[in-house]
Amino acid sequence: MSRIDRIFADARAEGRKLLMPFVVGGRPSIDAFGDVLRGAERAGASIIEVGIPFSDPIADGPVIAQAMDRAIRDGVTPAKVFDAVHAARDSLSAGLVAMVSYSVVRRWGGDAEFAARAAQAGFDGLIVPDLPVEESAELQAAASDAGLSLAMLVGPTTEPERAARIVEASTGFVYVLARAGVTGEGGQMPEMAARIADLRELTSLPIAVGFGVSSAAHVRGVVQTADAAIVGSALVRRAEAGESVEQVVGELAGGLA
Amino acid sequence: MTTDTAAPATPEEAPPRRLSEWPDERGRYGPYGGVYVPETLIPALHQLEEAFAATSGDENFWQRLRALLNDFGGRPTPLYHAERLERGIRRAAPKEHGAEIWLKREDLLHTGAHKLNNTLGQALLTKKMGKRRVIAETGAGQHGVATATAAAHFGLECTVYMGAEDARRQRLNVIRMELMGAEVVQVEAGSRTLKDATNEAMRDWMGSYETTHYILGSVVGPHPFPMIVREFQRIIGIETKAQCLRKLERLPECVVACVGGGSNAIGIFHPFIEDIDTKLIGVEAGGRSPSPGDHAAPLSLGSPGVLHGSMSYVMQDEHGQTLDAHSCSAGLDYPGVGPEHSFWKDSGRVVYEVADDTEALRAFQALAREEGIIPALETSHAIAAAMRIAPTMPKEAAIVVCCSGRGDKDVDEAARLLAERRN
Repeated sequence: MSRIDRIFADARAEGRKLLMPFVVGGRPSIDAFGDVLRGAERAGASIIEVGIPFSDPIADGPVIAQAMDRAIRDGVTPAKVFDAVHAARDSLSAGLVAMVSYSVVRRWGGDAEFAARAAQAGFDGLIVPDLPVEESAELQAAASDAGLSLAMLVGPTTEPERAARIVEASTGFVYVLARAGVTGEGGQMPEMAARIADLRELTSLPIAVGFGVSSAAHVRGVVQTADAAIVGSALVRRAEAGESVEQVVGELAGGLA
Repeated sequence: MTTDTAAPATPEEAPPRRLSEWPDERGRYGPYGGVYVPETLIPALHQLEEAFAATSGDENFWQRLRALLNDFGGRPTPLYHAERLERGIRRAAPKEHGAEIWLKREDLLHTGAHKLNNTLGQALLTKKMGKRRVIAETGAGQHGVATATAAAHFGLECTVYMGAEDARRQRLNVIRMELMGAEVVQVEAGSRTLKDATNEAMRDWMGSYETTHYILGSVVGPHPFPMIVREFQRIIGIETKAQCLRKLERLPECVVACVGGGSNAIGIFHPFIEDIDTKLIGVEAGGRSPSPGDHAAPLSLGSPGVLHGSMSYVMQDEHGQTLDAHSCSAGLDYPGVGPEHSFWKDSGRVVYEVADDTEALRAFQALAREEGIIPALETSHAIAAAMRIAPTMPKEAAIVVCCSGRGDKDVDEAARLLAERRN
């Protein structure tokens, strides 16, 4: 059983819901990144999504795109993020999921090579937001060989038959987008209960909800029905403004109580 | 459409697909193309694919577009024999050499470039889909102007994303777009050029596609965009072929076009792709030098990768990060290229060459002085290559150059660059 599966299984058994914060790899610096991961875990993160900086992240809104741009300008490369994760892995019990653009996967020698290196670095799973289900079979096999989960994304306007294919192709959990558009902080959270109930008919995999989840209140709303809440832009914005990731994650974790 | 080939019953029975018959069912041109976009864009792409497929039997749609291209756009554009330019080339060429030079005058199309062929087509498609707003990315501003023009004609709301650096270089086009009622959003992210404008347009579309169509301006991006843009631009090559048969009484020996994303080149090349006696030459922007970050020549100097939703040749570093592009011409200043061009390069059917900033500026001046035609800086790259190739061909041969746009928008930038070179 992979670490991601075990974390969700334990939480389910104990009736707990999970917080999955997203941080940009190598921010605020490559040297401080291990502390960021440890701080997030101390504050209540069960799984941490690590965004691998990419020059053209079309799925990301301005906050995350800018933080990635800063990381790249500071000389952060995917390899350096992998090294930092590797160095921090033994001090962490949280699950670590790399969120990476397919461009980087391909450039690193393709699906099998990338999955093997991610596993070696200590990642437990992958999210590749620009890899649709039609193109995902090869990476799914490579991830599975490397012992990694590959969570696929379901959008608010994804047709039911397509959603069935996506959850079928997913491992670890299903990433449900709360709203259309790119990552970023929305005002109100849309009503998720009906959509999640529909997806539960299709899969027994845990369901994590992201895109627009930006406060403890949002987290509380989301985990009424979902297994986990993913917070990205709101956390990245505050971290980029100088707040400690540990403190912000602690505040968001208040929504789990 | 030329791409409607029935799927073979079994793979063993599949006849080899001819070069003119791509993309396949998955939107691929050999290994290139495809769809690499976030899930939130998939419904929009499916909807677009269906809407476009529905035009294939819709005589009314194509007749309406043809009438609009003629009466509003000014088609057909002339095929012009550039005899003075040709004489100058012949004087310096080996004996009996120096091919004839003919210009396909897309610069005479309304708004001054070939871009209108595509924007009128996609705007008509927008109306068909019942959407009321269009968005576009633009580099040189020509696609933005052509989109704003089509939007004004059809009464559609229009937002154009433009890199802040490009907006500075192409101020005139910003004013034109705003005059026609478009909102121009200057993008400050990244290199502040076409690549970043494209990211922003895609982000807008992810949240707005239910009411908005994204009029992509080149043969790039996820399927079905490269195919749709090609189908709307093929008119250039279809007319060229007919004009050559009338004026030369044969097909030309060579066709030359500049390649940024590659829309004018696809438009003029595609109808010739099975005519193997016609040499096809695409010209990329060599910029300042062949060093990384100094040029915009992914086919000549890049490698396969994923950018803006499809697999194609890309300029990228060893970590998979997209490199900044550079060219004196804002319209070629793009680190990627269309997937079909990538496929044609690998197949050897089209040869891709490079012309650098200096050669392009020289050609810009030559065409102005010899022919009274000020070409766009983008087009000047194709002229430069033709001036290089013509002396190597016999004088009975004919080269057609796609004169993709006019250079009014470039005179400030060209004057600045020429002054820089004099100092």
